[in-house]
Amino acid sequence: MKHDISLDITIPNQTRYLSMIGRIGESMAKEIDCAEAERELLADQLTTVLTEALVNAIKHANHADPNKEVHIRINMAGKELAIRVYDSGCGFDLNSIHAPCFDSCALDDAGRGIFIIRALMDSVEYKRTNGGNVLEMKKQLP
Amino acid sequence: MNVSTEKNKGIVTVFVKEERLDAHNSEELKAELNRIFEGGSRDVVVDLKQVRFIDSSGLGVLVSGFKNASTRQGTLKLSALQTQVKSMFELTRLHRVFDIFPTADDALDSF
Repeated sequence: MKHDISLDITIPNQTRYLSMIGRIGESMAKEIDCAEAERELLADQLTTVLTEALVNAIKHANHADPNKEVHIRINMAGKELAIRVYDSGCGFDLNSIHAPCFDSCALDDAGRGIFIIRALMDSVEYKRTNGGNVLEMKKQLP
Repeated sequence: MNVSTEKNKGIVTVFVKEERLDAHNSEELKAELNRIFEGGSRDVVVDLKQVRFIDSSGLGVLVSGFKNASTRQGTLKLSALQTQVKSMFELTRLHRVFDIFPTADDALDSF
């Protein structure tokens, strides 16, 4: 029996939709066939990654322009989870973003989003696509 | 953002009454914390008992509040972190920066 799930969602470029997408991520994680504790951890991780990737697209790539859109594609096929978040901005260099400083004397208010995504996913790439960019994040499921 | 505040022996406790503290609402918490510090308070407890989810923007606002308190020779402590929230503090090593307590009363007693 097939259990593959594929979702294609387009939302306005506004942070008010973060909780809706977070709930969708949480619901998808509940369909993963594994122990309950692992499923709950995955639900938290999926919600976190989706939120961080969307905020990156909405605020940084699309410069908070409420007239733009963000397109999200989530695929769970076999044991692989792939999340792609498409923006229509001018992009950034993923490799230029370093881990935040962990020294409490030099605390930054911002700059933890990509670090969090990298920590929770197995691979993260950001590349040009037709008319914009895509942040592509993959993870092997238990 | 739905928050309530209580003042006890000069310490302000901010109860965040939202399920999510994220890029959509965290600036409102920042404004509330700024109002508290500008009103002359320097020791604050932020109670996150009702917050099931926090993102990097929410963490950033708490870091900003912590720095604001520190510059006034005060401190900002946290209480009642749920599972995802606790994980985010550990992932970003911020659990080493903040004093974190099981309840708001425990945080108040620590001053």
